[in-house]
Amino acid sequence: MTAKANKLSGIIIAMLIVAFCSATLIGIVRNITSEPIQKAQNKMIADSIKEVVSSDFDNDPYAEKIVIRQGKESFTLYPARQDGHVTSLVMKSFSNKGYGGRIDVLVNFLPDGTIGGYKVIQHKETPGLGSKVNDESFKKGIIGKKPSTQAFKVKQDGGEVDAITGATITSRALIDAVQKAYDGYQKFNAGISHEEQ
Amino acid sequence: MKNNSLENLTRGILRENPTFVMMLGMCPTLGVTTSALNGLGMGLATLLVLMISNMLISGVKNYIPDVVRIPCYIVIIASCVTVIEMLMAAYLPELYAALGIFIPLIVVNCIILGRAEAFAAHNNIWQSLLDAIGMGLGFTLSLTILGLVRELLGSYAAFGYPLAGEEATPLLLFIMPPGAFLALAGLMLIFNKLRGQKS
Repeated sequence: MTAKANKLSGIIIAMLIVAFCSATLIGIVRNITSEPIQKAQNKMIADSIKEVVSSDFDNDPYAEKIVIRQGKESFTLYPARQDGHVTSLVMKSFSNKGYGGRIDVLVNFLPDGTIGGYKVIQHKETPGLGSKVNDESFKKGIIGKKPSTQAFKVKQDGGEVDAITGATITSRALIDAVQKAYDGYQKFNAGISHEEQ
Repeated sequence: MKNNSLENLTRGILRENPTFVMMLGMCPTLGVTTSALNGLGMGLATLLVLMISNMLISGVKNYIPDVVRIPCYIVIIASCVTVIEMLMAAYLPELYAALGIFIPLIVVNCIILGRAEAFAAHNNIWQSLLDAIGMGLGFTLSLTILGLVRELLGSYAAFGYPLAGEEATPLLLFIMPPGAFLALAGLMLIFNKLRGQKS
């Protein structure tokens, strides 16, 4: 053991140096990484949007992001176009009713209001149970359904959707998020027809 | 000296296995091992942090007064984890998407502080690195096994591949929290039985 300064001044100086070096390091790394992190997240959303769109499209929906504010609520829309015509819309939505709190979802609506696809892009559900929300077996029960109908509920609530085994709460949260997206989509549609008339 | 290095490297894998023998880091052990892949991911992330933190602590051990070593170690470990998390999110987004949720949990994993205090604070950088690799591998191994057992029983799958049809109803209990205790207890029983026979 070398002679370590065990006096108060030595202790304070050592802790200050450790804290200062750590804070500086974190600050520098944060400065360097904040831009690539933002880029990586944007790319993740852009890729996920392309994944959920079920109609034909040749644009980059993420680049045409539209944010609509209605009172306190705001909706983010990504239109998918083919030759300039909108073929379907992707809505960003969320629900706070997940088993682990908030889940963020991208939902694709076809012009007739049916669900073309969805993807949960962020969640804290139980791995192995609620995390199956993106699995094909659960997806096929949701895709093609129309929200706001009695069928668009889990079987336990009298609907037609098979909940994920052991994760009824997650299944309900997903339906809640999709329902919210649909409400926003309806308002957006109403808004368009008002403006155009 | 060579024997000593080998000893430091292998000790963590079986003889002083952090999970089954020392019972360290029970929180992530019970929490994330719902599948073999989760266990593997948590184990590898811990291995990485443990290697870096053990080397850092070993490097600065002579400059830190004894009475405040624990707070200093915690600050160093926490900053190290934060830096790794940010770098991972920026440059390895795919890996981050898979391991990201485990990274903040590592700060509170007592294996990291345990090894810093018990080993890195008294040994040189090279030996500390070997110790970190051994302990990290031991932790990874036990978490993967525990995850695999729970996944096999709880969802009839192994590493994400289903082994039974859709109709099968697995023992869901094993991927729920109580199942973690049951599976861990069972594994510990087997592990200690085998270990007892050897020595």
